[in-house]
This record gives sequence, structure tokens and C-alpha cells, in this order.
Amino acid sequence: MALPKYTETHYRIWHYIYLTICAFVFLFLIAPLFVIFPLSFNAEEFLVFSDGMKRLDPDAFSLRWYHDMIYGTKNPWGLAAKNSFIIAIFATLGSVLLGTLAALGLSSRYMPYKGLIMATLISPMIVPLIISGVAIFFFMAKVGLAATHTGIILAHIILGTPFVVITVTATLSGFDHSVTRAAASLGSNPINTFMKITLPLILPGVISGALFAFVTSFDEVVVVLFLAGLDNTTIPIQMWTGLREQLSPTILAVATCLIIMSTLVLVSAEFLRRRSERLRGIKN
Amino acid sequence: MNNETQKILTTDGIPLEESLKKAEKKNKIKAFLLVAPLLLFLIITYIFPIGEMFFRSVDDSMITKWLPKTFKTMEKWDGKELPEEKVFEAFYQDYKILVEEKEHGKLATQLNYEKNGFKSILKKLARKMKKFEEGNYKEQIMAVHKRWTQVEYWRAIKRRAPAYTYSKYLKGIDMYENEDGKIVQVPEDRRIHKILWMRTLNIALGVTILCFFMAYPIAHLLAILPMKYSNLLMICVLLPFWTSLLVRTASWMILLQQQGIVNDFFVLTGLVTDDNRPEMMYNKTGTFIAMTQILLPFMVLPLYSVMKTISPSLMRAGKSLGASPMIAFFKIYFPLTIPGIGAGCLLVFILAIGYYITPALVGGASGSLISNQIAFHMKSTLDWSFASAMGLMLLTGVLVVYWIYNKLVGIDNIKLG
Repeated sequence: MALPKYTETHYRIWHYIYLTICAFVFLFLIAPLFVIFPLSFNAEEFLVFSDGMKRLDPDAFSLRWYHDMIYGTKNPWGLAAKNSFIIAIFATLGSVLLGTLAALGLSSRYMPYKGLIMATLISPMIVPLIISGVAIFFFMAKVGLAATHTGIILAHIILGTPFVVITVTATLSGFDHSVTRAAASLGSNPINTFMKITLPLILPGVISGALFAFVTSFDEVVVVLFLAGLDNTTIPIQMWTGLREQLSPTILAVATCLIIMSTLVLVSAEFLRRRSERLRGIKN
Repeated sequence: MNNETQKILTTDGIPLEESLKKAEKKNKIKAFLLVAPLLLFLIITYIFPIGEMFFRSVDDSMITKWLPKTFKTMEKWDGKELPEEKVFEAFYQDYKILVEEKEHGKLATQLNYEKNGFKSILKKLARKMKKFEEGNYKEQIMAVHKRWTQVEYWRAIKRRAPAYTYSKYLKGIDMYENEDGKIVQVPEDRRIHKILWMRTLNIALGVTILCFFMAYPIAHLLAILPMKYSNLLMICVLLPFWTSLLVRTASWMILLQQQGIVNDFFVLTGLVTDDNRPEMMYNKTGTFIAMTQILLPFMVLPLYSVMKTISPSLMRAGKSLGASPMIAFFKIYFPLTIPGIGAGCLLVFILAIGYYITPALVGGASGSLISNQIAFHMKSTLDWSFASAMGLMLLTGVLVVYWIYNKLVGIDNIKLG
């Protein structure tokens, strides 16, 4: 990025202005996340930096909100976390299964009405969540699945499959179909070929789709707001209630845990993306 | 030689052409069977329910079922003067059944939507009706309340006769069908939906433009920096992208509150005085700021993926031929990034126009959008048919944008991360 020596002064100035703008935008993107972290260790009940915190007084920091999150009196977070994980895991499994199969079909060059079907399969990602929420609620209420885990899992499968379809079709677009033909010519049956040849090659795409589906389900609140009863409360629902009623630092403790989780997801997604590019022979 | 022998045959003796067609058909079915489970699942649990929303939004058969005899006798009534005795009699009989089944309260609510004042006179009628004598119902009903003698109230009942109605859609754009059957605007002080639509459009457009101007420089920087630096900076884009929406909204609530860090900073730099801190949350400003930050990654990522493919030698070539950096940028670089701009802007716009969570939390009354209104009618007023109508109007808008997106960018080109 260093400028050549012959650069004229006003372009030099413009270059530094440009870098400053970029720095501000990056700050704008990332800084809000870092506000939560220190405030979750606040010893006081208010959501502002106390004088003690500004002086870095150790007494101004405490783990009381983390303690409250785990052992708090009513403690809705334990149940919420359990529900969130159960729902997200099953929704991910469902999305991956249905999404991968569909992506395999869509990548076949014999697939009829490809555009129309692709548009239908992606639609839950495009339709505003509030409309999806209303529609899915009407359906679940009719079949008696409102306020059940099954209902929420099915709803999250609907919302998660587009991501799996997109990531797996992307992986399959660089897929050399002659390897499956080679396997077939050597006497392997289609299922064996899929398990031994195709699946290992598209696995990075499948897993990154799974990550998307998992995060979508784990973070989803609009549809769950319509579907959840008291027993199906999830972490996003608890956060939503907390943010609407009173912002307590316990929420910040939960939020910090979620940020740590999303960092882990980010690291694994990046790792998978690079591995997939390496496997498909794309070089940076 | 005849034609028969000219055809190429496979080893089984079937013409090759036929055999190939058969194989292709088999492959087609195979491909379709792989897609079928998901397609079927989505159609049953998702596409049909959205279609059902349409029927719900136009369905008005409830009243038709409640007052069957009334509407039958009303068919011949021209609506100019008070209806005849047999309409009154039919209405009495219908209403009596409703009162016995304790459904008359719902009828009152429904008719009150049509014309104010029905609630009290229907209640009064239910009370007085017990002492009604047989015959001459017209006079007896008219004696209950003077509104029963006014022809407008009977016209209001007649208007609810059809089993289907588009009144919910009219209500969504602040119009209604008046007593003469003309479509007119509601009084000016009650035009709340038009404001909401305009505000939603306004915020969605504003957020898209803001996102574009913020994303373009950093996407460019990410694309031209050497890998080891750009990977590090990419975290700034991807970490918010993967972080829970509620967490990001919470952080904005902390930052923007009156005693929050942003206001502290303003006071510290002397921009505002301590007792004069501006309200940045629970209004439009809050919605704007938070939504821009939340949707920014969706603009950066498509821009970046397009910019990454532009060779730096193009700009160098332009400059070596005498273009100033400015001209080289606008004549060479910018046109090449247009596919990315289109993808990013449409994606952000589609997401922004249906946003719910952030406006509900930081928007307050003046920063709430159309989706908040839909949720309000689903949860509070329970007017589900109106919520469905509003939802479908919003969906139509989104689908138009989606269609443009598909034409310009192609749905297959959506990239994630």
C-alpha cells in the first residue's frame, strides 16, 4: 500500500484521507461489539462505565453477572440455552440432509425448471422474516405444532435450507463429474460412490452450510416469537424480552458468551472456506 | 439401402436416438427425485401457508355465515330507502340465533369496523329483543334506537354481504369504501399507514445508500491490500456478520442511550452541553445508525468478491496512457464494480425493507416500520386478516426487487462469506 515516491502532494493527501475514512468505517463495524465485553464485568447495576471502571479500579469489576446468568434466582437462561441447542442441532441436521440432496439434484445438468425451483428453494431467505413468521405460524397452528419443539425445529429447517443449498451448489459448481463416472466404471454403486467420492469432496461446503443453518436457528427470534410457548423459550427470546423490559447486565454476560461463540464459528467457517478453495484448486 | 438400416442401433437393437432419450429422461427423474423432498416440504409448510395468507386477507365469510337470512332478503333491496319488513324479520331471526349462541359480541365488533355506533345499538337490541312480540319487527326494532331508523346503518350491513373483500388492502393504504361505494382516503389525522410505508421505504433507501458509501472504500481497501493484512481486516467485517443480531442491537442500545458512550463523547468534545444530550435512541436516528451497522457486511462482501477479480494492471494501464487517478477510477475501475454494487444494494434493500427486530428495540414510536405494524396486528389487535394483507403488500414489493435482482445478478450468484 506504500505510495510511490513520485506521487503528487494532493494525491498523497487524498490517500491519507481515504485511509482515515476506512479506519472509521472499520471502527464503526467492530467497536460496538467491544463495548459489551468490559461492561459485562461491571460491578454495578448500570449499563454505563462507572468512575471506578474508568480508573481501572479492580473493585469496580466483578463476575457477578456471570454468576447471575448461571445461578440466578429464576434463571431462565439454563432452560433457554438447552432449548436453543436442541432446536439448533435438529434444525441443522434437517437442513443439511434436505439441502444437500436438493443441491445434488440442482447441480445435475439434467435438472428441469432449474431457475424456478432454485428461486423457490431460496425464497425463505428473501421473504421478510415477519411474513415467514406469520405464514409458518398459521401452518403450525393448523396442524397443532405451535408451541412445540417440533414446530420450531421445522420452522428453522425452512429458514436454514437456503444456506445449505447455496453453499453446497457453490461447492458442486467446481466439481469434476468424471470422477463419479470413473467410480461407476470401476463397479461402484451410486451410494458407495457418493459416500466415498462425492461427499468427502463437497464436505467443506456441507459443513459451512451447516454452520450457517446452525447460526440462523440459534439466532432466530422473529419466527420463534410467534411459535414459542413458555416451555420453548430460547436464548434469543430471553434476550429479546430482556432488552424490551429492562436492560440488565446479565444480558451483557450472555451477549459476551455469544460473541465468543460467533468468533469460534467465524474461525471454523474461514478454515473451511480455505480448505474448500484448496481442494477445488482455487489459488489466492 | 432403405431407411431402416441407416439408423444407428445400439447393441440391444434399439435406435440410438431413442436409447439416449430414455437415458436422459431417467437422469431427469433422478435429479428431480433428489430435489423433491425439500421442494415438497417447502411447498407444504411454507409456500401454501403464504398462499393461505391471501385467502385470510380477503376472507369475509364470517359475517355472511352469521346473517344468512338477512343477506338473502337484502339481495332485492336497492339501498335507497329503509328495507322492507321481511329484511327486519330476517335480521331479527339471525340475530336471535347469534345471541343464543353468544356470538353477537363478535358481530358487533365486525360491524363496528364498518360503521361506528353499531356496538351500542346491537347491545341494546339484544336486551330489548327478549320482549319482542311476534310480527311487525320493523317497528319494534326501530323503536329500540333511532339509529335503526337510519338507512346508512342498513347499508353498512349490506356492504358486508359478499364473502370476499378487498377492504383490508384499502385499509393498508389508508383508503376505504365510503357509503356511496366510492374509494376515498381516510381523514387526514388517521392516515397512519401511508406514513409507515413512506418511512419504511425512506429508511430502507437511506440505509442502502449509507451502506454503499461506507462499504465501497473498505471493500476496495480489502481487495488491494496484501493477503496477510486484508485477512486481519476481514475479521472486522465477518465478526459482526456472524454475531447475533440481538447482541449487536444490544450494543447499540448501550452506546446510544442518553448517558451512553456516544453522548459522553459529544459532551467531552464540547459538541453539546451536559444537560442537553440529544436523544439518539427510540427514534428514527437510532434505527438508522443500528441498521446501517448491522447490514453493512451484506454490502461489503459482494463488493469485495467483485473487486477481488479486477486486475490492478487495468488501472496502471489507464494511468500510463495519461489518465489522472481520478479519471482512471471513474472510467475503468468503477464500471467494473457495478455488478457488485447491484448485488450489494439490492441485498441490503431487501433485508432493510422487512426489518423487524432492530426497529422494534431501538426505533420507538417514530422509528418503527411496516413489519412492526404487522407484528402489532398479529399479537395485539389480533386482526390477522389485516396483518396478512399488509404482509402480502410488503411481500409483493420485495418480490419485485428480488425479480430485478435475479435479472441483474442471477440468483445462482449469491455468495455467502
